[in-house]
Amino acid sequence: MPEPIINVSYIVAAILFILGMKMLGSASTAVKGNRISSLGMLIAVIVTLSKSDLDYTWIVTGLTLGGVVGLIAAKRVQMTGMPELVALFNGFGGLASLLVGWSEYEKVRSGGWADYLESAGDAMPGQWFLALVIVLAVIIGGITFTGSIVAYLKLSGKIGGTATIFPLQKLINLLVMLGTVVVGCYFITIVDSGTARFWLWWVIVLSLLIGVLGVIPIGGGDMPVVIALLNSFSGLGAAAAGFVITNTVLVVAGCLVGASGLILSIIMCKAMNRSLGNVLFGGFGVLTSSGGKEVEGEMKALSVEDAYYVLEAAQSVVFVPGYGMAVAQAQHVVKELSEILERNGAEVRHAVHPVAGRMPGHMNVLLAEADVPYEQLCEMEEVNAIIPTVDVAIVIGANDVVNPAALEDEESPIYGMPIINVHQARSVFVLKRGQGAGYSGIINTLFFRENCRMIYGDAKATVGSMVAQFEK
Amino acid sequence: MELILLLFTFVLAAFLGFELISKVPSQLHTPLMSGSNAISGITIVGALIASGQENDAISKWLGLAALVLATINVVGGYYVTDRMLSMFKTKKD
Repeated sequence: MPEPIINVSYIVAAILFILGMKMLGSASTAVKGNRISSLGMLIAVIVTLSKSDLDYTWIVTGLTLGGVVGLIAAKRVQMTGMPELVALFNGFGGLASLLVGWSEYEKVRSGGWADYLESAGDAMPGQWFLALVIVLAVIIGGITFTGSIVAYLKLSGKIGGTATIFPLQKLINLLVMLGTVVVGCYFITIVDSGTARFWLWWVIVLSLLIGVLGVIPIGGGDMPVVIALLNSFSGLGAAAAGFVITNTVLVVAGCLVGASGLILSIIMCKAMNRSLGNVLFGGFGVLTSSGGKEVEGEMKALSVEDAYYVLEAAQSVVFVPGYGMAVAQAQHVVKELSEILERNGAEVRHAVHPVAGRMPGHMNVLLAEADVPYEQLCEMEEVNAIIPTVDVAIVIGANDVVNPAALEDEESPIYGMPIINVHQARSVFVLKRGQGAGYSGIINTLFFRENCRMIYGDAKATVGSMVAQFEK
Repeated sequence: MELILLLFTFVLAAFLGFELISKVPSQLHTPLMSGSNAISGITIVGALIASGQENDAISKWLGLAALVLATINVVGGYYVTDRMLSMFKTKKD
């Protein structure tokens, strides 16, 4: 295909991405939006394939292999495993951007810089610019890759979810970042010399290290922010790769994702009443044993049978799901119980906190999977307005998002975070695995309240036996 | 000159991205993220060129690795988003 047609097609692809993202923002058009955006991707790929002088054997190999692996992974994953799969895909995208940058360097190195500059002509202000964007693509892509892999390992439980802190951590992180910048700058100044390759390897190693060091100190509860931010990074990595090969569609699409990911991370931070800097550098979730005052009272356990009698008489019930529901895969049985309660004459709602779960909107996906009616899903503000009239609030594997310490205890690390005020309901059932402090390690003062009862055990089993009680 | 246009595009796309996302209801955050994650696989275009062009061996191998990874990101990302969204849809009927 001639060059102008290729470029026009890239514009079409970019328009489809923009339309697709816009449509993804509203429930009625989202499915179509995603398909439109995938059509844009297909056009971009086909048009690129039509460029002359491409060797298709390699391309077909790569496309087939990647396509099969991606499809199988996406088909097999359970909805509860969604956050880690998205993190993994995101990491692959980042690594791909790194490799594109690196590959371009190797290409120019073997062909000679003089030849390259001559063929690029006006498109490049000089070799420094190419070197700069290669370094950017490598650094951003590298951070995205290892950062996402660490997030994946944390989310899938392969490594501990809590924050990992070691002495002098901030200093070490700062030094590694400075080192990366210095090595990167040095690479740019000597890019056409023989030793440049060695320094590029160092940039790669250091950027991979930043990704690891950057994500390990972030606790599980802050994962929604990190995932959104890494998503933003993978977009910026693609945009940087776009500058490397001077390709508009990469720049536009990458930058769209970069901006949208950043907005999402900021929305998540606002939902926790914290700043992005605090999430990234706060080392949140380890200092917590020291923070907060001693709690008075004791935790009172309740049997499923007693819970049944209360639920049987309840006029209105609110479910508050959290990550524990995802782990226990309890969404289907929760839906079953809520149907029974409705038939029993109770008004049922599901209250979703903006940061419940491990990725933005995580709980909504699970409840949608279980076919919970749209009208029963409530956002935090709606539920808080009616919560004093609610008979029973059932907290399923949620913790920080219902901790009244966020409202009352100024020393608590989560002070100021908006929560779902379940403690104002007439009674609260907390379904919990054991007596521990939960993912973030913060003591939940809700558990010690007069109107709160703990029902210990696996959430799925507990809700299941409640259902069985009703059916008796 | 071409480069200035590219930078210009970058800046405009950034503003567009901010505008597009700022009013999305929270239940769509997961599909939105997974959908935009698939879009970030656009780096596949760079990978296609890197692996398909007449380059030296190292450059081509790096390109091939990039192509496999970017394809996983694109294909898997779109498919999984579609799966998620179809659940939202059935519920509304």
